Amino acid sequence: METVNYIIRISPQLLVGVIGTLQVYFGAIFPALVMGVFFAIVKTAGPKPLRWLLNVYTWAWRGVPLLLQLMIMKYGVLPLLGGGGGDFPGAIWVFALNMAAYLTEIMRAAIGAVDRGQYEACRVLGIPYWRMMFRVIIPQSVRIALPPACSEAINLLKDAAVISVISMQDIVRVTNQITTRDKTVIPYLCAFVIYLILTSLLVKVFGLLEKRFTAYDA
Amino acid sequence: MGEKTQVGAGARTGDGARADGGAQAGGGARDDTAEVIIRLTNLHKSFGELSVLQGVDLTVERGQVVSIIGPSGSGKSTVLRCVNGLEKIDRGVVEIEGVVVAAVGTPGAKPAPKEQIRAVLAKTGMVFQSFNLFPHMTALQNVIEAPMTVKKIPKARARELGMEKLRRVGLDDKADAFPSRLSGGQKQRVAIARALAMEPDFMLFDEPTSALDPELVGEVLDVIKSLAREHMSMMIVSHEMGFTREVSDRVIFVDNQKIVADNPPERFFNSPEHPRVAAFLDKMLN
Ligand SMILES: Nc1ncnc2c1ncn2[C@@H]1O[C@H](COP(=O)(O)OP(=O)(O)OP(=O)(O)O)[C@@H](O)[C@H]1O
Ligand SMILES: [Mg+2]
Repeated sequence: METVNYIIRISPQLLVGVIGTLQVYFGAIFPALVMGVFFAIVKTAGPKPLRWLLNVYTWAWRGVPLLLQLMIMKYGVLPLLGGGGGDFPGAIWVFALNMAAYLTEIMRAAIGAVDRGQYEACRVLGIPYWRMMFRVIIPQSVRIALPPACSEAINLLKDAAVISVISMQDIVRVTNQITTRDKTVIPYLCAFVIYLILTSLLVKVFGLLEKRFTAYDA
Repeated sequence: MGEKTQVGAGARTGDGARADGGAQAGGGARDDTAEVIIRLTNLHKSFGELSVLQGVDLTVERGQVVSIIGPSGSGKSTVLRCVNGLEKIDRGVVEIEGVVVAAVGTPGAKPAPKEQIRAVLAKTGMVFQSFNLFPHMTALQNVIEAPMTVKKIPKARARELGMEKLRRVGLDDKADAFPSRLSGGQKQRVAIARALAMEPDFMLFDEPTSALDPELVGEVLDVIKSLAREHMSMMIVSHEMGFTREVSDRVIFVDNQKIVADNPPERFFNSPEHPRVAAFLDKMLN
C-alpha cells in the first residue's frame, strides 16, 4: 500500500519524463518518415551527385553512435548557430536525421524489392514516372518496409533515453533524479514498465498499419 | 474505330476466329490497301554477349493477328518488347503506325519527336504472362488508373469506361475484388481489360496463358478470340497450338535469332517447309 501511494506521489514527475521522451520522439519521427521516403526515392531515381550525397549521409549517420551525434549537435553545431537555438530542437534534428538514415535504407531496399513487372505494366500503360512511383511503387514498398521500420521505430524510442545525458528531461533522467533523492529503486521499476507499455503500443500501431497495408492480400 | 473495321474486314475474313478455314483464306490473299501498323526492319538485339535477334524483318497489317512461336529462349518475348520499347534495340528500325519509334544504325531512319513516339506508344497495349496487376488496387481501379492519369478522364467517366471493359471480359461482377481474390484466368482477363481501357490500336500478348492452370486457359483464349473477331490487330506469343492455328492470320517461327517461317496457319501447320518448324511442331503436337 505504501508503495502504491509512493508511486502515485511521484507520478507527476514521471509524467514530465514521459512527456519529454514522447515530445522528442514524435517531434522526430514524422519528419524522419517524410525524409526517409523522399531520400529513398532520390536514391533510387535521383541525379547521381544527389545519390552520392545521400550514400555518404546514410553511411555516416548509421555508422556513428547516436550519443556522439547528440554531443556534436549540442557542443558543436548549436554554438555555431549563435549560442543555441535550444537543446530541444537540436535533439529533434539529431533524432530525425538519425532515424531518416535508417528509413532511407529500409525504403530503398523495399522499392528495389517491388516486382519489375509493376514498372513494366506502368510503362506499357504510359503512366508517367512520378505517378508510377507515388501510385504504384511506393504503396507497395511501404508495405514491404513496415516490419523493419517497426523495429527501427522501437529502437529510436529506446535510444531517445540518451537525451538524459545532455540534461533534458526524459523518462530515464527523471527516474534517476527521484531515485537519488528518495534512495529507492521503485522509480526504475516504474520506468521499466513505462517503456514496455510504450514499445508495446508501438508494436500495436505498426500491427494495425500492416493490416491496413495488407488488406488487399488474401 | 470505323476505318479499322473496314480495313480489317478486307484483311481477314469476317469470322476468321471461329470458322475453321476462314482465317487462312484471309491470311493468304491480302488486300492491297491494307495498312501496315507495325514494321520491324533488320532488328538486332543482344543482351551483353548473348545475341538474341539478328536481322528480324516483320510487318503486321491493321486488323491482322500474327502469332509468334518458337523454342524457349529463341527471342519471342524480345521481339514484342522491342516493338513497344521495353527493350532498346541495338540496330534496325521499329515503326508503329508509320511513326519511327526506334532507329539505330540505319542510314536515313531517324526516331520521330518524343511526343509523337509517346502518343503512338500510348496506343500499344501489352498483356504479360505474369499479369502484373497492381495488387493494392481493385480490379476496377486497375482498369481506370491509366485512363485517369494518362488521359485525364474524370473519375465518374473512367468508372463507366472501366465497367464497360470489365463487362467486355466478363468480370463486371468482380469490379471491387482485389487481384489476390481472383483466379489466374480472372487476373489475366482484368489485365486485358486494363489494356483495352486505353483504347489501343493493337495489342501484344506475351504468353498470356502460360502461367495458368489448364482449366483456366480457355476463358482467357476466348477473350482474345473475341478481340480477333472485332479485328483488333495483335501479336501473340503462345504455346497453345490449337488456338494459334484458329486465331492467326499469320504464324511466325523464330529460331536461331531469326524468323525462319512466316506463313498462313494452314500452310504453317499442314506443310511446314522448314525442317526446324517441322521438328518443333512434331514435338509440340505429339
Ligand atoms: N534482360 C535480359 N538480360 C539478359 N538476357 C536476357 C534478358 N531478357 C532475355 N534474355 C535472354 O535472351 C534470350 C531470349 O529471351 P526471350 O525472353 O526473348 O525468349 P523467349 O523466346 O520469349 O523464351 P520463352 O519461351 O522462354 O519465354 C534468352 O536466352 C534469355 O535468357
Ligand atoms: Mg518469353
